[in-house]
Amino acid sequence: MLSNKRRTRFFGLFMERCASHSLLKELRPSVSGVGFVYGSEYLRRNNCGCKMNFSEVFKQSNQLCKVSPDGKYLATCVQYRLVVRDISTLQILQLYTCLDQVSHMEWSSDSLFILCAMYKRGLVQVWSLEQPDWHCKIDEGSIGLVSSRWSPDGRHILNTTEFHLRITVWSLCTKAVSYIKYPKACQKGIDFSTDGSYMALAERRDCKDCISIFVCDDWHLLRHFETETQDLAGLEWSPNGCVLAVWDSCLEYKVLLYSLDGRLLSTYSAYEWSLGVKSVSWSPSSQFLAIGSYDEKVRILNHITWKKIVQFEHPAVIENTKATVYKEVEKRPAEVRDEFSLHNVTMDSTLFSTQSKYEICSLPVQIPAVKPDPDRANPKIGVSVLAFSSDSRYLATKNDNMPTAIWVWDMQKMSLEAVLEHTLSVRCFLWDPCRPRLALCTGNSKLYLWSPGGCVSVQVPVEGDFQVQSLKWHCNGDSVILLGKEQLCLCYMDTEQEEKLNL
Amino acid sequence: MGEWRVTNASMDPESSRISHVTISPSRHHHVAAYALPLSKQSYSVISAFCTEDNVLQCISYLNQELASLGLSMCLEDRSPEGTSLNAVPALNAMYELLQIHKRTMCTLEKMEEEQLKQSSTLEHLQISNSRLKDQLELSKRENSGLHETERQLQLKIKTLQSCLKTEKEEVQKLQSIISSRASQYSHDAKRKEREALKLKERLSQLLVDRKDKKIAIDVLNCLGRSDGKRSVWRTAKLAASHESDMYKTLLSDYETSQKALIMENAELKKVLQQMKKEMIHILTPRHQPASGAAADDSQEQVEFDEERAGDTSREALDQSCEHAREQLLNSIRQQWRKLRNHVVKLDQASHMQNQMESNKEMIPLETHEDEMERMRQEVQQCKEFIQTQQQLLLQQLNTSFDDETAVFLNGCYTLEEKERLKEEWKLFEEQKRNFEKERRNFTEAAIRLGREKMAFEEDRAAWLKNQFLNSTPFTDRRRCSSSDGQSALSIRSEPEIRMSSVKAKRSKSPIYSTFSTPKPSRTSLVPSTAELYRALRLLSDSRDSSKHSNRGQWQESSTTEDQHPHVKSSIQAHTGEMSIFTFDDHSVT
Repeated sequence: MLSNKRRTRFFGLFMERCASHSLLKELRPSVSGVGFVYGSEYLRRNNCGCKMNFSEVFKQSNQLCKVSPDGKYLATCVQYRLVVRDISTLQILQLYTCLDQVSHMEWSSDSLFILCAMYKRGLVQVWSLEQPDWHCKIDEGSIGLVSSRWSPDGRHILNTTEFHLRITVWSLCTKAVSYIKYPKACQKGIDFSTDGSYMALAERRDCKDCISIFVCDDWHLLRHFETETQDLAGLEWSPNGCVLAVWDSCLEYKVLLYSLDGRLLSTYSAYEWSLGVKSVSWSPSSQFLAIGSYDEKVRILNHITWKKIVQFEHPAVIENTKATVYKEVEKRPAEVRDEFSLHNVTMDSTLFSTQSKYEICSLPVQIPAVKPDPDRANPKIGVSVLAFSSDSRYLATKNDNMPTAIWVWDMQKMSLEAVLEHTLSVRCFLWDPCRPRLALCTGNSKLYLWSPGGCVSVQVPVEGDFQVQSLKWHCNGDSVILLGKEQLCLCYMDTEQEEKLNL
Repeated sequence: MGEWRVTNASMDPESSRISHVTISPSRHHHVAAYALPLSKQSYSVISAFCTEDNVLQCISYLNQELASLGLSMCLEDRSPEGTSLNAVPALNAMYELLQIHKRTMCTLEKMEEEQLKQSSTLEHLQISNSRLKDQLELSKRENSGLHETERQLQLKIKTLQSCLKTEKEEVQKLQSIISSRASQYSHDAKRKEREALKLKERLSQLLVDRKDKKIAIDVLNCLGRSDGKRSVWRTAKLAASHESDMYKTLLSDYETSQKALIMENAELKKVLQQMKKEMIHILTPRHQPASGAAADDSQEQVEFDEERAGDTSREALDQSCEHAREQLLNSIRQQWRKLRNHVVKLDQASHMQNQMESNKEMIPLETHEDEMERMRQEVQQCKEFIQTQQQLLLQQLNTSFDDETAVFLNGCYTLEEKERLKEEWKLFEEQKRNFEKERRNFTEAAIRLGREKMAFEEDRAAWLKNQFLNSTPFTDRRRCSSSDGQSALSIRSEPEIRMSSVKAKRSKSPIYSTFSTPKPSRTSLVPSTAELYRALRLLSDSRDSSKHSNRGQWQESSTTEDQHPHVKSSIQAHTGEMSIFTFDDHSVT
């Protein structure tokens, strides 16, 4: 009876894999059909179950391009200009001119204001969407400016001065200014809780690390406590805002968990005498804390005992039989596809660029790995980026000495789900904020998408040299903003359901 | 001494004989060799011990000697007639001497044997001794080698120990250096940090002192709070409210987590409960048929108890107190043990069954083998049968190879011949048929020609008639004939006609030549159609010419139309003649 069950289970697995295979086969040549939605946009279909439309390209500089938190507007900076567009029509709604080239831009949480920081000048300008005449200029003066950000309420601006002398909190309501002294210069020294009510700030006082927790409402200091770290490197609130994860610098593997009221909940250290924590990430459910370290492993802590549940390794040779390994295979375009030939000159660039597709590799697979130089600081080894999918079901990781590969782990089965190997090193990967769908780019003209159903690479059909350096999801997960060096392009994904509705 | 020897010899030939008998064969030679000269010497009277003259002296001497030996010295018979040899004691003495001699010989022998044995043992001992000496030497050498290595090892140990010591010292030194460095570094770092801090403070102080005009906010008009409320004064009350808010959020978080845990717990309990139920379910029906009728009651009792325990645990589950948990755990453990036993039993049973099955399988295997054996035998039989058959056949062949086979073979040959002939016949028939066909074609063509000719004649007759009727008769025959040339058939002028007639005459011979000379062997038998046609054309030509000439004559003589059938028949005759001719030619040539 037992064996029978097992067999059926295996069969089930086999079917699953087959399904993904067939899906791929079916949908690989699936960049099909042509449709005009906006200007020169092309309709494509991929195995993630959606058609893809690409907008025309717009200029941007410094990769400054952000969608408003309510998802209605798109703000981009071009040199010293700030352009706000309607996300659905891409028509320019507002155009603001700043005093200098913008180095940082941020939407306020209520999508009413945009902050433009010009670090070189020590200037911050704020623009209002509702009242185009309204303006605000904050000058930090000779003390300099290295970082500027909104407070969660969208009425205060926190400016960090040069040398981390202090943090200036400017209120747009009262013009009041307040200072927070001794902020620590580290990887991630400041973090707001998800609901925006608390701010944790790492400080360095009297050669000791400590943390201040402020109430964002009125900047009341709620708690102040010293931490048991040698050299605090970062802190991060759990998504439910009740636990603060604090980690030490890479010289020591140490992760501390503090309660909102400053109590030390737990301490975790996997090993000693070796380079330690490289990245930390909470799952959106606050259930797991993933810790990536220099030993090329990810350790998952649970939220009840704060002990390690599982540890994910990133071996150079994959022999795990249940994982699917997708390998990007480049091929020169041999035949001119119909939909391309219909479209004349604009397609030329894509016509002559290399096509690529994912192929499923049979195990075992050797992942190309780079041997880091041991004599140099910050060696390129270990897990540097961790990202949970929005439903906390999957975890995507990148191991720095295997820069071409992205590893996707299933958090339910606690096992490796897929490995995506590319021809170039991965620049950026982000999860869809609504679905278990991963978008990534490798600095070429392609967008790569992974979903549990399969994997696809899509050529971005724009004229000229467009290399996707980074990407950003729209908050409803229906579109991705692809950022090139000087340009940007929107990729719309109509999900299958909508398609059906339309039909 | 020589004397003694002589006496000895003379004294006992007997003893020598005895020695001959008793002494071992190995010694026999020696004794014989030394007995022989003795016996020889005994004959030499000169050197003899006792002579007639000195009997008395001898007797006395012997007497003395015997006395010295401790025997009774009564050889001397001091009888009145002088001393003489007393026989009886002498013999006794001799006997005694012999006895003594024998005994000594015996002891000698024994001693010799002993000596031999001892010498052999000695030899053995010597050998073993030497061997042992060798061994000793070897072990000594080994020992020395070992001593040497030990010494070396000890030396090494010493050096290593010294090395270790130095290493340890080094390590200690390094550790101390490291620790000092670390402390120094941390100290320095702290110092630097303090300095930096001081600098920072100084900087900020300076900035504050300078009253940096630039540090400013320039807002068009102040904004309202995002929540629409007015900001409140900072009071202790506010701080307290913050505290309470914080605790509220913490509490709510704990509550949610607790709820989740409770839910999970409930789920797990449900699963546990279900598992337990299933376990009971699995276990109970097995008991009833297994247990005998006598044990039934007790069994049921047990089950009832179990069930009750299960119920109580179920009830207790909801209470979820310590005691209940224990009870539940116990019952579960019990059930689990039972299940495990059951599974083990099942395993054993299945194992047994497997064995049984394997046993069962053995029988068909045997039968299978039997079957195989049988089949093999059959095959063997068949083979033998075939062999005998072959042999018989061979024998038969051998025996009947003379007359019958010859006839048989002859028959074969004739048959072959017949076959060949038949084939040839067939070929011939075919050729004949072809020939016939060609001939038919030819005749048809001839008929056609005849018809055409007839039509022409008619035409000409009509024309002539016309001419005749129209013009004056017989005025210009020549002109008439020339105009005739414009009609369907070419009618030549006179010299031409003459020429053609000559040609016709000349061309007659080539026909025959073509038929007879060029390929006599083949064409003679079956002339090909082409040749035939050629011949025909030539013939027709000649005939035409001849006809022309004839015509001319006929024209001259009469323009009757009744000659057509004649012409036809003549053509036919020609063809017939031709074939005949060819044949004849052939036969002639």
